[in-house]
Amino acid sequence: MVTYIFKRFFAMIVTLWLIITLTFFLMHSLPGSPFNEERTTSEAVQKNLEAHFNLDKPLPVQYVSYLKSVIQLDFGPSIKKPSDTVNEMLGRGFPVSFELGMLTLLVAIISGITLGVFAALRHNGIVDYIAMTIAVFGISIPNFVMATLLIQQFAVNWGILPVATWKSWQHMVLPTLALATGPMAIIARLTRSSMLEVLTQDYIRTAVAKGLSPFKIVFKHALKNALLPVVTVLGTLAAGILTGTFVIEQIFAIPGMGKYFVDSINNRDYPVIMGTTVFYSALLIFLLFLVDIAYGILDPRIKLHKGEGK
Amino acid sequence: MELNKQQDPKLAPDILDEWFVPKEKNRDEAEQVVRPSVSYWKDSWLRLVKNKLAMLGLIFLILLVVMAIFGPVISPHPGDQQVLENQNQPPSAEHWFGTDELGRDVFTRTWEGARVSLFVGVVAALIDFIVGVTYGGIAGYKGGKVDHYMMRFVEILYGLPYLLVVILVSVVLEPGLFSIILALSVTGWVGMARMVRGQVLQIKNYEFVLASQTFGTKTSRIIRKNLLPNTMGPIIVQMTLTVPAAIFAEAFLSFLGIGIQPPLASWGSMASDALPVILSGHWWRLFFPAFFISLTMFSFNVLGDGLQDALDPKLRR
Repeated sequence: MVTYIFKRFFAMIVTLWLIITLTFFLMHSLPGSPFNEERTTSEAVQKNLEAHFNLDKPLPVQYVSYLKSVIQLDFGPSIKKPSDTVNEMLGRGFPVSFELGMLTLLVAIISGITLGVFAALRHNGIVDYIAMTIAVFGISIPNFVMATLLIQQFAVNWGILPVATWKSWQHMVLPTLALATGPMAIIARLTRSSMLEVLTQDYIRTAVAKGLSPFKIVFKHALKNALLPVVTVLGTLAAGILTGTFVIEQIFAIPGMGKYFVDSINNRDYPVIMGTTVFYSALLIFLLFLVDIAYGILDPRIKLHKGEGK
Repeated sequence: MELNKQQDPKLAPDILDEWFVPKEKNRDEAEQVVRPSVSYWKDSWLRLVKNKLAMLGLIFLILLVVMAIFGPVISPHPGDQQVLENQNQPPSAEHWFGTDELGRDVFTRTWEGARVSLFVGVVAALIDFIVGVTYGGIAGYKGGKVDHYMMRFVEILYGLPYLLVVILVSVVLEPGLFSIILALSVTGWVGMARMVRGQVLQIKNYEFVLASQTFGTKTSRIIRKNLLPNTMGPIIVQMTLTVPAAIFAEAFLSFLGIGIQPPLASWGSMASDALPVILSGHWWRLFFPAFFISLTMFSFNVLGDGLQDALDPKLRR
């Protein structure tokens, strides 16, 4: 177990380093300098600006110094908004995005599992068809379409919920719903199929024969094992939710990290693009790492310490 | 028999032994095959046809492709024709899907967008197919050290968040159709490579491959003729799931404004353009591109699910 965690940790570090390097060289391979637009700046000012942002040194030197500052969790200043550092932006945006992401994950997991379980219990019945229809629509409709549909109905036509921004709980309903439908659908389908499989097993028949209540059988015996496949996709789902926040925050004008990221792309603010990319990747890779470890702990059939992953 | 009759004469009173005569054996008939042998592909196809939802998806996809080809042709208004008097018209007999704020016909533009979206999806899936199958095939077939290092590389790429890489690459490249396809393919092939490698690893130990090797067949020929045809099922399934993923990613990028650039339009960029006017009630601007993105995703997903069941050799009867 310990060696496995260590190995995965090492792989995580390598992936992170790769991302930092890739981002750095991609950003620096772009033609022109970020200050080209300001034609009024004199040559001296240009030089000073470049020196300030460390752009006058040779590329390898810049790379090493960037790597050093990233290790110290310092992502440098923003070029377009000189008063802001990338760290300050992340500090402001991350809590909001985190709240949105966690709410979404919670809604997706609870509603997805509920739908999946009831669909499996009423296999080929009306409930099953309804649940799976919802799931197919959830997978087919992109989140930005969902978001606009929700705004149109709930905010414009019915006027029960606010259109945008992120202030009270009413503001949170629509973005969370828009972001949660996709993951919910995936969880529902997975739960249903693994639940169907588990329900045919002998130990469930034993439980039924013992005269346990259906509630106990489903929630205490079956669900425990049926949820294992769901755990494996949590990492990918989290990644989907994270990238989903880019558009959702844009549509609902939520001042989260995703909005900063998209704005920085549109403004070509390279340090911010680099900083947020690295931060996002680190977050995601760490999540995947946690999910892997959690899976190993939850499923006793998987022995992490020997012969894993061949 | 005697015993039975004594015990229960009422139940079977009239059944006589003489009735049971062995049928005459006919050597020629015994050799005849009653049911024609069904090939793997035909069998899979027959099973796919029975799956109503998957067939619905297939029919929708065919219709979408047909409309993408002929839609702009049958429309009376060219997609780039700007008629300022006709701004923001709701759908009518003249403009079937309405017009946008420049007076352009949304019907024509929707099908021109369909061309772009479908093209991006199909080409990205084809590139994934070529790169992934080659890479996975070699890694799986060679095995050992080669496989180990090739897969380590894939694992690292697999760890990179897909959409982030796509965004990063499309920021760096000049925006355009081919940059998007390139961005989608940079890490898109990894899933295919992993899948193919797993399959090849399994199949290469079968006897018929061994036989081929004994005859001295060239490696490339073994991969092409022995291994790949037997992994084709999962590969096709994977591709039907890659196309909608690519279409979604393109729409996502275009929605953020870093994808398809004007004058080209895709469903994603049309939906993005429609966002500011949705509050003023011009629902048709968003509805049509969004509806067709969703329909495409739906069709590919149900077709992929159906194919997964149909092509699974374990379910073959």
